[in-house]
Amino acid sequence: MNAIILSAILGVVLMFSGIMFKNGNTVRNIAIAGMLILLFANLAEMKGYHFFDINTKNLLSFTRFGLLFNSIAIGATLMYMLVSSRDIVNVGINVAEYFALIFFVLCGIAVITAFQSLLMLFLGIEIVSIPLYILTGADKRNLKSNEAALKYFLMGSFSTGIMLMGIVLVYGAKATFNIELMGADVNPGRNAWYLSGLLLLLISMAFKVSAAPFHFWTPDVYDGAPTVFTSFMATIVKAGVFIGFVRLFEGTFANSGYQWQLILAIITAATLFIGNVTAVFQQSVKRMLAYSSIAQAGFMLFALFSFNSLSREGIILYSLGYCLATVGIFAVLIRMKDYTFEGFNGLARSQPVLAATTTIFLLSLAGIPLTIGFFAKYFMLASAIKNGAHLWLVFFAILCAVVSVYYYFRVIQAMYFRDGHAAIEPTTPGFRWILVFMAALVILLGIFPNLVLQYLYF
Amino acid sequence: MVPVLLILIPLITGLALFAIRQENTAKTIAFLASILSLAVMLAGMSIWNDAAHLTYNEQWIGALNSRFHFDLDGMSQLLCLLTTFSFPLIIYGTWGNRYVDANRFFGLLMLSQAGLLGVFMSMDALLFYFFWELALIPLYFLCSRWGGERRIAVTFKFFVYTFLGSLFMLIAMIMLYFKAGNSFAWADFVKTAQTHASSGSSQELAIFLMLMLAFAIKMPLFPFHTWQPDTYEQTPNAGTMILSAIMAKMGVYGLLRWLVPVVPAATFQYGDNIATLAVVGMLYASFIAMQQDDLKRLVAYSSIAHIGLMILAIFVPSYSGLQGVMIQMFNHGINILGMWLVVNAIEQQFGTRKISELGGIAQKAPVLTILLVVVALANVSLPLTNAFIGEFMMFNGVLGSTASQYSVIYAVAAGLTIILGAVYTLRMIQRVFYGELNTLTMNTREVSGYVQVVLSIIVVAILVIGIYPKPLLTLTSDVSQQILNKMILK
Repeated sequence: MNAIILSAILGVVLMFSGIMFKNGNTVRNIAIAGMLILLFANLAEMKGYHFFDINTKNLLSFTRFGLLFNSIAIGATLMYMLVSSRDIVNVGINVAEYFALIFFVLCGIAVITAFQSLLMLFLGIEIVSIPLYILTGADKRNLKSNEAALKYFLMGSFSTGIMLMGIVLVYGAKATFNIELMGADVNPGRNAWYLSGLLLLLISMAFKVSAAPFHFWTPDVYDGAPTVFTSFMATIVKAGVFIGFVRLFEGTFANSGYQWQLILAIITAATLFIGNVTAVFQQSVKRMLAYSSIAQAGFMLFALFSFNSLSREGIILYSLGYCLATVGIFAVLIRMKDYTFEGFNGLARSQPVLAATTTIFLLSLAGIPLTIGFFAKYFMLASAIKNGAHLWLVFFAILCAVVSVYYYFRVIQAMYFRDGHAAIEPTTPGFRWILVFMAALVILLGIFPNLVLQYLYF
Repeated sequence: MVPVLLILIPLITGLALFAIRQENTAKTIAFLASILSLAVMLAGMSIWNDAAHLTYNEQWIGALNSRFHFDLDGMSQLLCLLTTFSFPLIIYGTWGNRYVDANRFFGLLMLSQAGLLGVFMSMDALLFYFFWELALIPLYFLCSRWGGERRIAVTFKFFVYTFLGSLFMLIAMIMLYFKAGNSFAWADFVKTAQTHASSGSSQELAIFLMLMLAFAIKMPLFPFHTWQPDTYEQTPNAGTMILSAIMAKMGVYGLLRWLVPVVPAATFQYGDNIATLAVVGMLYASFIAMQQDDLKRLVAYSSIAHIGLMILAIFVPSYSGLQGVMIQMFNHGINILGMWLVVNAIEQQFGTRKISELGGIAQKAPVLTILLVVVALANVSLPLTNAFIGEFMMFNGVLGSTASQYSVIYAVAAGLTIILGAVYTLRMIQRVFYGELNTLTMNTREVSGYVQVVLSIIVVAILVIGIYPKPLLTLTSDVSQQILNKMILK
């Protein structure tokens, strides 16, 4: 509850701070301070301090799982602001609005991670989506940004419509919005309303996390949006929606798993395949990262596929690892003059720190041991093996992981082994230190994943 | 304590070296650290030779029931000795090689040592996998950064190949983990295999195939060897030495520790298939080696043939054969190290590795020639050299084994490769070191003192083990017996 209310208040505060302070940097500092407050408030709630005593009438429930993810999302956004806030300031004129919108998105994520009623899920998804439509089109004079925003808006509202229909059908079959009551039904049967509603919900959520074959909006939107907002959308927002996805299917529809597990297995395989194979053919690192985010979503879908304790731990680690690494890579990418792979040639010579940290992030995305990305993938694969159904998916996934090495290592090869003069804007020591801190976090959690996972239980 | 020191010394040195800019300081520090590792290893085999010093077992990831469990039994001691013995020789033997950013080069070298030692000591599957990859990553950077012309594509192929194998191994390890009741401990894996007679189950076959793929790529076993000659050729010589002298043994070690005792039924059932591949690979590699003009490729193919014999002796097992594999792992490591040092010395001096462009070096560099000939004779396993002991025991083991009905055919076919080995090795010596001097080799100088020192150490080791192999054989006798007891034999 702390996070939901505070993030909404902070969002409003930031909106008005734009009127009071004309200097973008002041607004930026307020936003960072606000994010810190938000993080502490959420950590306090994990420790059992509730700042607001509100009876949510069973519409929301605050579990350790949801709260832990909130902390991760807020922490990752803090990192994101620390490395990229200067670039947010550079996007346009109405700086304060961008920061305010980011707070509203976090508010939506906090709702999604705590929803107990399907109505709240819908509300949360909308609170997340609408600010994102605006952020996508933030670069008003850029045609591509406009196109991306319109495309995102149309596709997004379309999928929201599908979600509403799904909710209505499920409600019709069960006469309740409460997911706990729905999940309590051990034998859901073959009710046609229920199953078609479930299918529509599956499709709309798959749409939101850009799973194939509902991924077509992703590359264009990610490519068209200002890079700094792509970074936010592709990481924290996506992971947040995933948590909602997991909560919905794990709690509510687990008993009818045999009916949707195969569909989900096919969606997972298709997502892995399309994401990885298409990423191989990209010439721009930004587009490659867009497709890689689809590919990573494929691995995250394992958490839905195999709902057990391992997959819950896995999705937490995966979200954290993926957010840290991708935010870090994007922070470097924004500074590059040339977004193609060739643009990275010889970066290690001129910017050893940036090259080294980017390498660690890329290794983490590829799932190499000693990085958090390895344990993220480990938990996903182990949960699917423990589940035991559709083992072919596991083998398919590791083949795709091998393919992913190709495009991640292309960047490493360009930075370290090819000659060139990578053009990059000057960076501050503070920026580099934060990147080093994030890389250290990636490695530390890659050796001791328990540091995060213990909060799921204690 | 010894395992922790063995990992921390190279790890910390490796990381520290990234901060040291001067080339000679970096090189000296790397050399001293590798000597220190050797000293710790020797102490572990003599004064600290007790369980309290040689094992380390601490909680790592509670939720997964995975532990930092290192143990130095006979086989681990042998391979750690090989690793710690090779590194000072590699660093000192290539002392004259110049590298851009030398500190990073030696830093990566030390990091790969930490990974290798971890692989040989881990008794926990997840930990094993961790180090297995940790050994690979530094070498990937080493080869791609300082390698030959085609280095980027070649080492990438090498990386993808081994990464694919590793991922399959990871899946197999996870399956074994659930089978052993949520435990990664090696002892639990083995216990599960002994108590559940699950021979012929499709899951055990799947696990066998996946583990086999990972190890087969690493060793390499025909037909998964295609990355190897290219990689050896393109890698800087110090990297090639690590790859062939130590890293190839990771695969053999993996078979003995993580495959044979863990899935004994499948090993028994499908052992003949792997043994056949090994023999075919030996013959194939020997014939290809005869056609090579590049010294590095020649040694690379000869290495496939030698490793093939070890695989054969593992899958057509007997006590003598397994003991032969053990000692041969060590022998092959130092022998091939000697070969690479000679190749490196030649490349440094003449700037070429083409056999056809060289000739008559013996007239000008007699010391190098004598040392090389001893190493080369060990490579064709002449009596009195160390490789004779190992290969004799393996052939003896294969012939005497009751595990396969084809053991005689295997032994005869594999025996051919000894003759073929003599053909390509002696022909190489003849054409590079004897014959007429040409314009390139006219002004040959004797190799530098440090190369002579290192080669002499290797030659002494070759002869000592060749005459008195008992200490090494005693070291591994218990482990060989244990492995054999866990195997299913007719």
